[in-house]
Amino acid sequence: MSQVMIADRVPTHELMTSGHLACPGCAAPLAMRLVLKALGPQTIVVMPASCWSIIAGPWPQSSLKVPLYHTAFETGAATASGVRAALDMQGDRDTTVMVWAGDGGTFDIGLQALSGAAERNEDILYCCYDNEAYMNTGVQRSSATPRGAWTSTTPASHPEASAKKDIVAVLAAHHIPYIATATVAYPVDLLEKVKKAKAIRGTRFLHILSPCPPGWKFPDEATIELARMAVACRVFPLLEIEDGVRWRFTMDDDTTEPLQPYLRCQGRFAHLTDEQIAQFQSDVTARWKWIERQVAASE
Amino acid sequence: MKKVIIGNHAVSWGARLARAEVISAYPITPQTQVVEELSEMCADGRLDARFLKVESEHSAMAACIGASATGARAFTATSSHGLALMHEMLHWAAGGRHPIVMANINRALGPGWNIWTDQTDSLSQRDTGWVQLYCETNQEVLDTTIMAFRLAETVDLPVMIVLDAFYLSHTAEPVDIPDQDAVDAFLPRRQARFKLDVSDPHAFGALVRPDSYMEMRLQLQEAMERTRDVFDRVEVEWQQRFGRRYGAVEAYRADDAELLLVTSGTITSTARFVVDRRRERNEAVGLVKVKMFRPFPVERLRALLGGARQVAVLDRNLSPGRGGIFSEETRAALYDLPEETRPAIHGYVVGLGGRDVTPTVLDEIIDRTRASAVPEREDVWVGVNP
Ligand SMILES: Cc1ncc(C[n+]2csc(CCOP(=O)(O)OP(=O)(O)O)c2C)c(N)n1
Ligand code: SF4
Ligand SMILES: [Mg+2]
Repeated sequence: MSQVMIADRVPTHELMTSGHLACPGCAAPLAMRLVLKALGPQTIVVMPASCWSIIAGPWPQSSLKVPLYHTAFETGAATASGVRAALDMQGDRDTTVMVWAGDGGTFDIGLQALSGAAERNEDILYCCYDNEAYMNTGVQRSSATPRGAWTSTTPASHPEASAKKDIVAVLAAHHIPYIATATVAYPVDLLEKVKKAKAIRGTRFLHILSPCPPGWKFPDEATIELARMAVACRVFPLLEIEDGVRWRFTMDDDTTEPLQPYLRCQGRFAHLTDEQIAQFQSDVTARWKWIERQVAASE
Repeated sequence: MKKVIIGNHAVSWGARLARAEVISAYPITPQTQVVEELSEMCADGRLDARFLKVESEHSAMAACIGASATGARAFTATSSHGLALMHEMLHWAAGGRHPIVMANINRALGPGWNIWTDQTDSLSQRDTGWVQLYCETNQEVLDTTIMAFRLAETVDLPVMIVLDAFYLSHTAEPVDIPDQDAVDAFLPRRQARFKLDVSDPHAFGALVRPDSYMEMRLQLQEAMERTRDVFDRVEVEWQQRFGRRYGAVEAYRADDAELLLVTSGTITSTARFVVDRRRERNEAVGLVKVKMFRPFPVERLRALLGGARQVAVLDRNLSPGRGGIFSEETRAALYDLPEETRPAIHGYVVGLGGRDVTPTVLDEIIDRTRASAVPEREDVWVGVNP
């Protein structure tokens, strides 16, 4: 899609301000900016501890023009359930309650509360911006960290040993009405998915890959390109899943790019041997094939 | 209307009459009947509330916080391990100044597993910023539950109502249930001063640097200080409307007493009986019941206990390495009294994990106290096998 066409399809109104506190090149504020453009001002954001707790600005400032509740690390989905319940009691069925959490707050410490909310099918939109580690506390591994990656708790001599948790499959097993994956490299795709999610009632889950220059060790200006490559080399497939059972790829085309360049431009993978890259590739291929089977079964 | 109900149902009735709008809870013995009754009240329409059956107590408190931050009247109930699991969110509720009301049924903590009464669960949450009100009867439980909302919403602090496992939670007593209209007049719908509102967006709970955190904590402390007077005013109004009042601290036959027992919870009822017997024998023994533990009623206790020769504080709780928590607090409160009026404070640890505290135990405490001019130790364990 040409730049002009993309600009035409991205709403111009802003619900996020400049002056936020993200590092240069961080994908997380861009993701928030796009998501809020699609949701509009009738949105309440619930935010567990994460880099975004800083990005949002210290008291008495806020980089968001919508109500924002900062909450404890593991409580995003539970706190949002309470917000939703209060709005319901006030007869407000229209305001979107959105959780904005990192991968740690979603895959790890907040998973129990998220599972509970998803099982109850709470009417909330849960967005996980995934930078594949605990960035706020200095790049420690999470269960979203890919196998082989360096983090500050998985040194290059003993890099991350287990494969990334398949959070989308975990959520699909809860049979919630809508799950989608997205990245900032495909803003129109992201906007469309958020708009679709907004119109659905029940628990909706959006998984956004969010490259982090200091944590992944790549130059600030490469964020969008990295997000694009992650999709193109099938590390991060763009998907939609309805009711946990109808899986669909949402990429414009399905040509595959090699994995090597994606890994080689990130310092966190600099130590990988060819053998380890082959292992990485086989993780990616195995997951892709598994998703293909879900998609095929949905048709 | 009078009904014979268990303490747990007195809590449910209180929350219902207070028109709680969002209830979020997780079951634990001995709290279960509170939430079972409330879910029935919600299911059959007697209570118009959203009931969130969450997957843990931690989430129960988080959901109450979300609801309260959005302007709703939020309620939960728990006990022991459930309360301990909530700990982080108890700080969050108070720091966020959310007027949530919670009933905690006092139960011991494991290991070993013990479902019986013990105050260590609630007292371990002493420093979270929750108001704590201990109850002696089921009537007091119901009345306190409703008053707690009024108090919480006046001072913007969360309030914990505390009642003994089984002695109250599962024991049926006649309870006068006030009319809904009268309760509505006493406790109108919540008008939140601040809330999550898309027409007036604000951020809550953001990063606070050392240059402002202390001021916020000072406000919390000042709200706690105000709570003593506000509670008195709330109780006076409750008494005008419903004819009952308990007091943050209650003196029972305390005039000219040489020895004053200090109690909380259901041990108080047993102590009243023992004090009556001693008074019949012309012994100058009285009783001071502490209902409010946070904020600690320091001035009230100084006024009531100052001048007595001896004070015996009964603690159904333990801070290991220190001793009974009420006695420790009482000693600190009375330390500043001039020596002529400062009583000797004898601390007794009793009834842990639901062990019965009988009149015989209280008699032993009275006799031992009177026999020793100075306390034997800071905390004497009574009713314990050697
Ligand atoms: C109970 C608890 N444990 C630990 C922390 C410290 N902590 C704050 S943010 C964070 C990591 C957040 O990681 P993630 O959710 O992936 O978000 P990111 O910072 O990477 O954007 C940690 C460990 C906390 N706030 N609360
Ligand atoms: S550490 Fe990474 S995720 Fe956090 S603000 Fe910086 S770039 Fe963004
Ligand atoms: Mg992260």
